[in-house]
Amino acid sequence: MLSHELSANQIKEKIVKREITAQEVVEDLFEWINLMEPLIKAYLYLDKDGALLKAKEIDKKLSNGDKVGLLAGIPVAFKDNICTAGMKTTCGSKILENFIPPYDAFVVKRIKEEDAIIIGKTNLDEFAMGSSNENSAFHITRNPWNTDCIPGGSGGGAAAAVTADMAFMALGSDTGGSVRQPSAFCGNVGCKPTYGRVSRYGLVAFASSLDQIGSVTKDVSDAALLLQVVSGHDGFDSTSATVGVPDYISDIDSVDGNLRIGVPKEFFGEGLNPEVGSAVMDALEIYKRNGAELVDLSLPHCGYAVATYYIIATAEASSNLARYDGVRYGHRSQLSEDNIIDMYSRVRAEGFGSEVKRRILFGNYVLSAGFYEAYYLKASKVRNLIKNDFEDAFKKVDCIISPTCPTPAFRIGEKITDPLQMYLSDIYTIPANLVGIPGISVPCGFTNTGLPIGMQILGKHFDEEKILKVAKLFENETDFHLKKPELN
Amino acid sequence: MKYEVVMGLETHAELDTKSKLFCGCSTKFGSEPNTQTCPICLGLPGVLPVMNKKAFEHSLKAALALHCEISKFTNFDRKSYYYPDLPKNYQTSQNYFNIGNNGYVDIVVKGKEKRIDIHNVHLEEEAGKLVHPETTGANYSLVDFNRAGVPLLEVVTQPDMRSVDEVESYMQTLRNILLYIGVSDCKMQEGSLRFEVSISLREKGSNILGNRVEIKNLNSMKAVLKVIAYEISRQGSLLDKGEDVLMETRLWDDVDSVSRRMRSKEEAHDYRYFPEPDLVPVWIDQGWIDETQATIPELPVDRHRRFVNEYTISDYDAGVLTEDKPLADYFEECVKMSQDSPKELSNWIINDVLRELNERKTNVQDFAISPEMLVELIKIKPTIGSSIAKDVFIEMINTGKTATSIVKEKDLTQMDDVSELDDVVTKVIEENSKAAEDYRLGKKSALAFLIGQTMKITKGKANPKILTEIFKERLSADPK
Repeated sequence: MLSHELSANQIKEKIVKREITAQEVVEDLFEWINLMEPLIKAYLYLDKDGALLKAKEIDKKLSNGDKVGLLAGIPVAFKDNICTAGMKTTCGSKILENFIPPYDAFVVKRIKEEDAIIIGKTNLDEFAMGSSNENSAFHITRNPWNTDCIPGGSGGGAAAAVTADMAFMALGSDTGGSVRQPSAFCGNVGCKPTYGRVSRYGLVAFASSLDQIGSVTKDVSDAALLLQVVSGHDGFDSTSATVGVPDYISDIDSVDGNLRIGVPKEFFGEGLNPEVGSAVMDALEIYKRNGAELVDLSLPHCGYAVATYYIIATAEASSNLARYDGVRYGHRSQLSEDNIIDMYSRVRAEGFGSEVKRRILFGNYVLSAGFYEAYYLKASKVRNLIKNDFEDAFKKVDCIISPTCPTPAFRIGEKITDPLQMYLSDIYTIPANLVGIPGISVPCGFTNTGLPIGMQILGKHFDEEKILKVAKLFENETDFHLKKPELN
Repeated sequence: MKYEVVMGLETHAELDTKSKLFCGCSTKFGSEPNTQTCPICLGLPGVLPVMNKKAFEHSLKAALALHCEISKFTNFDRKSYYYPDLPKNYQTSQNYFNIGNNGYVDIVVKGKEKRIDIHNVHLEEEAGKLVHPETTGANYSLVDFNRAGVPLLEVVTQPDMRSVDEVESYMQTLRNILLYIGVSDCKMQEGSLRFEVSISLREKGSNILGNRVEIKNLNSMKAVLKVIAYEISRQGSLLDKGEDVLMETRLWDDVDSVSRRMRSKEEAHDYRYFPEPDLVPVWIDQGWIDETQATIPELPVDRHRRFVNEYTISDYDAGVLTEDKPLADYFEECVKMSQDSPKELSNWIINDVLRELNERKTNVQDFAISPEMLVELIKIKPTIGSSIAKDVFIEMINTGKTATSIVKEKDLTQMDDVSELDDVVTKVIEENSKAAEDYRLGKKSALAFLIGQTMKITKGKANPKILTEIFKERLSADPK
């Protein structure tokens, strides 16, 4: 097995045991990336020199017998909306095409402290707005299982990179499913922790009350490892929780025998692809065989989740994206400007893509005087009703299982002209963001045409430990996570 | 005038904190442009705000001092508008849940008290500052973000003011309160205290409010008073002609002393307020309110009242003394230490201390004469006389020495000894026999000359009262 095919835990073990040097790992990885990248186009930026420098530093530490961090020598990629000091952070947008942040995001700082190696920045829908990666201002990332298909979005680059062994793990952001949906489409493990579990400091905001940093990994143990490092309180994020972080890694294989799994009927209804539905039902059977009790549930307000989401998310986005005005950084129009309004208009007309503009307009509309109560305030109330649905459900069950997405990966161009169809591909992932609960997507099968299918496990607030264990139980019983796309 | 003027004020006061509202940058005034900035106050992608606790506490204190109802639950909101001095193109402020609502300030106008109602008190962030190049025809402006993110308190009144005097008194009173409670340095020349006024006119006796005009860009109290006079006349002449006053926002041009339209009502911003998702709500419990309330000192209006009642000084004197908290503190310290009448102390402070403070452009906190020293001077005054006491006072400021040591060093103790003075008088009468003769013949003014001559010889130390008696006695009882 080539080193890039190993999981993060496996490669770390080899590096720490000195069976392979970090430098060799990085060199092999970049050789593979050079081969694969023209086909997949997962990255917006690669930093081989920086990665080699860090690899040598770790090798030196190891040869000196110095203590190394939890992620020693593991090459990690970041979705390009997470700020990396001195390294371009574009958000997949023309407006930030040449933006180099002067500071590291909290998660970047944390993984550096634990001796991970940053290899580059992955592609995304512009400002994380999209479900297919087609909204990137730079190029479309391909699904490694079928390069005519989209990898999902917005974090399609990260998912494709991990699936194609072009990164051992990646960190992305999940506002309505941007970690879980592409992970489902690409057949890897995507985990969105509880809102507040991981600091958002340095994550370029799309919708502040929904955004959460999440992990994209090759298996569940890797997810536990990465989350262990990035979770915890950060004084630079007021919404960061002070709830203690348990040990995700050590007891991951010990699942409580009396597991009660909620199966919400709203997630298995109209619009669900039958192949996806039956793969998830099969998965539920596996849990049942392992002693779990399946509990039929109803989450009655989830039908309003997508509509609620697109009001709250766009409202927040319209305000978060107001700062891109060309005054201090980012794109500045080359055309002459008569006044400041002209300047703003040109910068933003040239800098933003059409989906971003659509959402800014939508957001400004729902916040306008006279509409605020009817839209934003109403949506906030519905959000509370959805929260109540989940609170009630979690009185009865330990976790909730559903498909991650209603369909497998679709073809490039298939939904790009129909925003509503595109928005509906996040129908099962959005509720977790509205409610703030953690969710993880794990591979649970393949379609006849060989596209991966993802199963979503949702847990209570700050109960990442439970959903990781439930996911690991399934992984122990199956080998979907070990399947690799045939590339070359 | 046949119109009644109706006015309300919005006041912005920069809060006195070491660091900015949402980041650790310094709030120091007057540094090199953009040296007090960081990714957070520059609004770089990905940054988040974290509330400065001190700024919040200052706001709570101000809301309490202005007798507001304190919201148990407060939240922050984003106020959206585009301007190059606003890094995020939204200002984090409060709209739906202000810290304080429905308060009041008592003001005194021409000896009469009036209550001005406060609509709300809230906390927000300051914007940066545009710097326009002085060269004509320049096609750019620069932005200095040192000020961006400095905590800003906004105090909004109800339209309760009816005259220039009321507005002036309100501004002074509010400034005093903020200074008294120590939440803002209120330096208008540094822009840390700014006013916006809204003015409308209506026929006297009418209950209907006229169209309101808001005026911004007022950087001194004088400008506020000027703009009011200007607007009363501008709006009045429009109404006289039967024309409408447009509801609009105007800017005051201090150079030309005119107000100019900034934007009409139709062009008014839609600020698209919504709750700031990057900050958590703040719950204010009764314990916190009580604790803060306990840190609020006696406010100027209350102290003014007490000074008049307790120390029986004039209303005017009490007003002067309480205008500045350190000065009022100085006075009270003197009163505590002294056996003399508060009136005497008050006179010294208002006439002499204030004069010297003004001349030397310093403040009472840095004044060379401590309350203890002043009390001592006043105590020994009878032994040196008023006139020498004034000289000693100046000498004390210049040298920092106590009155007693100066008097001792310069041998300034008054000559009270009758026989000693008698000798001097004899000498003066001998040397100025013409003047003595004139006095005897009834020219009263000659006495002053003779006393003056005596003072010259005694270097001012002669007790004038005793001296006068001796002269009168000698020049009548002993005619030649």
